[in-house]
Amino acid sequence: MKHCDNFVVSEKKFLNSTFFKLKLKAKENLPLIKAGQFVEVQVNSDSKVLLRRPISINDVDSQTNEISLIIQTVGQGTKELAKINEGEEINLVYPLGNGFNIEGENPLLVGGGVGIAPLLYLAKNFHAKGIKPKVLLGFRSQEQMIDLKEYEKYADVYISTQDGSVGSKGLVTENEIFTQSYDTIYTCGPTPMMRAISDYSLKNNIKCYASLENKMACGIGACLCCVQNTTEGHKCTCTEGPVFNVKDIIW
Amino acid sequence: MEKLKIQIGNLEFQNPVMTASGTFGFGLEYEDFFDVQKLGAIIVKGTTGEKREGNPAPRMCETPMGMINAVGLQNKGVDYFCENTYHQIKHYKTNVIVNVSGSSIEEYVKVAEKINELEHIPAIELNISCPNVKKGGMGFGTDTKMAFEVVDSVRKIYKKHLIVKLSPNVTSIAEIAKAVESAGADSVSMINTVLGMAIDAEKRKPLLSTITAGLSGPAIKPIGLRCVYQTSKAIKIPIIGLGGITNATDAIEYILAGASAIQIGTQNFVNPSVGLEVIEGMKEYLDRHNISHIWDIRGII
Ligand SMILES: Cc1cc2nc3c(=O)[nH]c(=O)nc-3n(C[C@H](O)[C@H](O)[C@H](O)COP(=O)(O)OP(=O)(O)OC[C@H]3O[C@@H](n4cnc5c(N)ncnc54)[C@H](O)[C@@H]3O)c2cc1C
Ligand SMILES: Cc1cc2nc3c(=O)[nH]c(=O)nc-3n(C[C@H](O)[C@H](O)[C@H](O)COP(=O)(O)O)c2cc1C
Ligand code: FES
Repeated sequence: MKHCDNFVVSEKKFLNSTFFKLKLKAKENLPLIKAGQFVEVQVNSDSKVLLRRPISINDVDSQTNEISLIIQTVGQGTKELAKINEGEEINLVYPLGNGFNIEGENPLLVGGGVGIAPLLYLAKNFHAKGIKPKVLLGFRSQEQMIDLKEYEKYADVYISTQDGSVGSKGLVTENEIFTQSYDTIYTCGPTPMMRAISDYSLKNNIKCYASLENKMACGIGACLCCVQNTTEGHKCTCTEGPVFNVKDIIW
Repeated sequence: MEKLKIQIGNLEFQNPVMTASGTFGFGLEYEDFFDVQKLGAIIVKGTTGEKREGNPAPRMCETPMGMINAVGLQNKGVDYFCENTYHQIKHYKTNVIVNVSGSSIEEYVKVAEKINELEHIPAIELNISCPNVKKGGMGFGTDTKMAFEVVDSVRKIYKKHLIVKLSPNVTSIAEIAKAVESAGADSVSMINTVLGMAIDAEKRKPLLSTITAGLSGPAIKPIGLRCVYQTSKAIKIPIIGLGGITNATDAIEYILAGASAIQIGTQNFVNPSVGLEVIEGMKEYLDRHNISHIWDIRGII
C-alpha cells in the first residue's frame, strides 16, 4: 500500500560538499519497506519546482519510525531540499518500486556516487539474515567520499576512487574485489558503471540486479514517463523497477 | 452535494471534477490515496486499435511550472482493455470514460465500436489532439475538415456520449470546435498539451527523444482559460476545461471562463489526492459566496 504523508525532519547533516542526509520521522508506524524502494519527495509547496523528486530509501528504523535519505545537490529541486531545517515537515509518497530481493549466500553490492544510498539498507537486510556482504563503493575522489561507519557495521567495505585518493585507483570494475567469486551482484550508480557491472556479471554468469534512476513524473505507474527498454518491451521503472535483472535490460 | 451535481448531455456527474487522460492511469493507481469513486469521472489512458510501445526514453522533463512529455500513447490496445482492464474498473460507482486515439479514421472507428459495447463505459473522449504521435493524432485536431470527418465517422457508430478533446496548437480553436459540434459531438474538452521543446545547453542536445513534445501543468493555465473563453462564445455544446489546474480556485476560474466541468492532469503527480481536494474546495467556494449551483457562475465573464 502506498502512502502520502508528512514527515518531520529529525536530523539533517551534510556528509560532504554536495551530499546531505535527512532523517525523517513518520507520525504513525511505518509500513513494511523493502531495501531498494524509494520515496517521491515534495520539494516545498511554494517552490520553483513542480514535480516531486524520486529518492532512494537509505535506511529504515522501525523502532523510531524514521527513514533516512542521502541526497546529492544537482539542480534546483535538490538545492531547495538542502535548505530544509530540522523540525520542519516534508511530504512523501512512499514506499514505491519493487525493491531488491534478498537472494544469494555470497553477494557483492556495488555503488557509485549517490547510488551508494540504497545499499546500506540492503546490507543491513543481508546482515539480519546472518550474511555479511561485501560492499564496493566508488567515488570520483576523496572529496565525494562520505563517512562509511554505518556501512562497516553490516558489511566488509571496499573503496575505489577514480583518482586513487582513497582506496584503489580506477573504475570500480578494476577493484581487486572482482578476483573473488560471488553468487549475486547488486548495483546502483551512474549508468556507465552499472553497464560495466552488468557486462561483467553476464560474462561470468552471475545473477545481477541493477537499480535504475530514470526520470520520473508520478512514481506510481500512472504517467508512463519513466520507461526502461527491456527484452519484454517498455517497462515502468517506478513500478516494475527501479530494480531490474540486468539480463532483461536493453541499455 | 446538490450544488456540484451536473448533467452534460445525457450524462450525470455527482460533481464537475474529472481526472485527465494519461495522468491518472486507470484509477487503480490512485486507490491507495483516496476513494476515486468520489470523482465526477475518471478518464483513463488513451487507447488505440493495437498495442503501442510509445516513444523511446527520455520521455519527460520539467520546465518552469510545467513538464513536457513524449509518452506517445503507449497502451496495450483496445482488445486488452476490453478483456482485462475493463473488468478491474467497471465496478466504479462513477463515470469511467475511455480516451480513444488513433492514426486513421478507421482506427478511431474500430476502437469506438468496441468501447460502445462495454456496458459500464457511458462515454468516450475522442483524442484528436495528441502531439506525441507521428501519424494522425494532432493532425486530426488541427484541420477543420479532418476534425469534422473523424467525428462524423465515429458519431455514426458510437451511440453514447461523445466528448471530443481539442488541441490548443491551432490558430482558432473555436473554428475546430464548431466543426466538431456540427459533426455531432455531445461535448468538447480542452486543452490537450501545448507543443513545446526543451534543450540541454551544456550537452547541446534536446531533452526529449522526440525533440518537440507536449507541455502541461500550471504554465499552460492561461492558454487553457483563453481557449475555453473563446470557444464558449462560439458553440452551444458544453465544454470541459483543463490545463494547469492545481486547486479549486483554478477550477472555478475555468467555470467562470465558460466551462461546464473540469479535468485535472499533471497535478495528480504532485498531489495524488488533488481531485478530492478540488471537489471540497469548490463546494467551500460556493458556500462562502452563497451560490446555489456551480453553473450559476458558468461563463459569466
Ligand atoms: C528511483 C530513483 C532513486 C533515486 N535515488 C536518489 C538518491 O537516493 N539520492 C539522490 O541524490 N538522487 C537520487 N535519484 C536522482 C534524483 O531523483 C535526481 O537527482 C533529482 O530528481 C534531481 O532533481 P533536481 O531538481 O535537483 O535536478 P534537475 O534540475 O531536475 O536536474 C539537474 C541535473 O540532474 C540530472 N538529473 C535529474 N534527474 C535525474 C535522475 N532521475 N537521475 C539522474 N540524473 C538526474 C539532470 O539531467 C540535470 O543534469 C534517484 C532517482 C530515481 C529515479
Ligand atoms: C504524461 C501525460 C500523458 C498524457 N496522455 C494523454 C493521453 O493519452 N490522451 C489525452 O487525450 N491526453 C493525454 N495527456 C494530456 C492531459 O490529459 C491534459 O490534456 C494535459 O496534460 C493538460 O492538463 P494539465 O495541465 O492539467 O496536465 C497526457 C498528459 C501527460 C502529462
Ligand atoms: S513515473 Fe509515472 S509511470 Fe513511472
